[in-house]
Amino acid sequence: MDMKDIYMKEYEMLVKAYEEAGEDATPFKDANFATLAVNGDKVLASKGTEGIEMEAHTREDGVIEAHIKVKPGAKIKYPVHVCFGMLPKEGVQHVISYIDVGDGAEVELVSHCFFPNAVRVEHISEGYITVGKNAKFIYGEEHFHSDSGGVIVKPFAKVHVLEGGEFTNTFTMKHGRMGELYIEYEADLEKDAKATMLTKVYGKGDDIVNGKEIIRLNGERSTGIIKTRVALRDNATSEVINITEGNAPYSRGHVDCTEILLDNARATSIPQISATHPKAKVTHEAAIGSVDKKQLQTLMARGLDEDKAIDMIVQGLLK
Amino acid sequence: MLLEIKDGLVEADGRRIVQFANMKIRKGEVHALVGINGAGKSTLAYAIMGIIPLSSGKIVFKGEDITHLSISERAKRGITLAWQEPARFEGITVEEYLRISNRYESDDAIKEALDMVSLYPKKYLKRELGESLSGGERKRIELASIYLMRPELAILDEPDSGIDMLSIYDVIGLIKTINSRGSSVLIITHREEMAEIADRSTLMCAGTPIITDTPVKVSRIFRDRCKSCDEHDYKEKNREECG
Repeated sequence: MDMKDIYMKEYEMLVKAYEEAGEDATPFKDANFATLAVNGDKVLASKGTEGIEMEAHTREDGVIEAHIKVKPGAKIKYPVHVCFGMLPKEGVQHVISYIDVGDGAEVELVSHCFFPNAVRVEHISEGYITVGKNAKFIYGEEHFHSDSGGVIVKPFAKVHVLEGGEFTNTFTMKHGRMGELYIEYEADLEKDAKATMLTKVYGKGDDIVNGKEIIRLNGERSTGIIKTRVALRDNATSEVINITEGNAPYSRGHVDCTEILLDNARATSIPQISATHPKAKVTHEAAIGSVDKKQLQTLMARGLDEDKAIDMIVQGLLK
Repeated sequence: MLLEIKDGLVEADGRRIVQFANMKIRKGEVHALVGINGAGKSTLAYAIMGIIPLSSGKIVFKGEDITHLSISERAKRGITLAWQEPARFEGITVEEYLRISNRYESDDAIKEALDMVSLYPKKYLKRELGESLSGGERKRIELASIYLMRPELAILDEPDSGIDMLSIYDVIGLIKTINSRGSSVLIITHREEMAEIADRSTLMCAGTPIITDTPVKVSRIFRDRCKSCDEHDYKEKNREECG
């Protein structure tokens, strides 16, 4: 069996495992979708479509380096799907992505981080992203983990949004235990640019959820929202630092963090806002506490048991 | 008798919010609970639902002592409550919320419930029950949820507050419909036109139900005596005089 066959077999295994996890693997089979599939430190597939170039390779040091380039003006009809998977129980995966969305282009990229058998897996992801003038880039990172809690996730992204550009980022935990999360995103916005960063995580057991997200509103009329929703139970802990800087006239920023604590969980939320221009406006709201009493009583008054009511409230928050 | 409160006492922060509460709700009736602000009407309603515990006394529902049951257990026995200020829910749609009340109901029944409260199903079913809905809209959804649940006893805490005057008659119609579907209804209200749809009415004063009679008679006492009482601080002697 040559290397191509081995890679193909691994690709099929990855797609099969993904389907077995209850997810739709169509994008990884359909030619209409641009895809990138990685298992461990092997690039199994890399395929662009019209308007989008994708190239990925494994460097000598084992790091995956991916380049995604969306041509100026290209409107990519179907979301681009990227699968960063690791089927073995242990290992380290380090990915560095360079994403360049050309002026006026529009694209959505969904990154499926898939570690279904993980006992001790570390996933390090570095993203260097440029969103061109009047371009639109939606980035969704979805995590599928084992229930062991043995996954360490370290996503780091540095984003530059040019004039009139829009960047939306969503980080969600779709299945399994979070493990340890150390998220670090920062975005610099030029004139009329927009950024939204949304993180939703449910920490259980002894999970650790740490996040630091920064939006710098450097351009006139730029707007940014950082929204974090964390639910923690058992002995899970979190520390969330959300920073917004208003550095230009009429720039508007908002930080919104809600954390629900159950059992012995502990959380710290640090919303940090600053302005260096008198016509900038940045605001924040943060709340940490147990499940809202009135919500709980309302659902219980409709006949839900307390545990089910709590679960529904938490799932709603993370939806 | 559907529900009976016997010598109910509710204390909070060292204060007696409800005291010497004795009240009966008959099966199949619409019963209005009236009284000035601070009379203890909502507190009594919360005590029936199990949201606030009784310090002493008991609540009997269909012959069973439910004083120490949880909110869920009371709901499963057929008691529910619609809040004066309904809760907001992030990430829960109107449809999901309504399905909690009766998960066996068909899609058509869910739509019908929204129609009953004059909310267009196509516009509302998928909307989040959060910040984007006004207080009035959430209130209507709360009533739709009661309609779907078909409880044995629906406690409606000021179903007319936050709703415009024209819609009051829609709410009155809905309460009659809920009642005609087999639910007894306890309405807490300040409005005479709302109290008048009841079969019987109870006036509360300083934490105590002091008289139960026809809505007309109770409204008259409320109008004539409680208003003047409200101008002063009400005291126990007023309660005794009124009673």
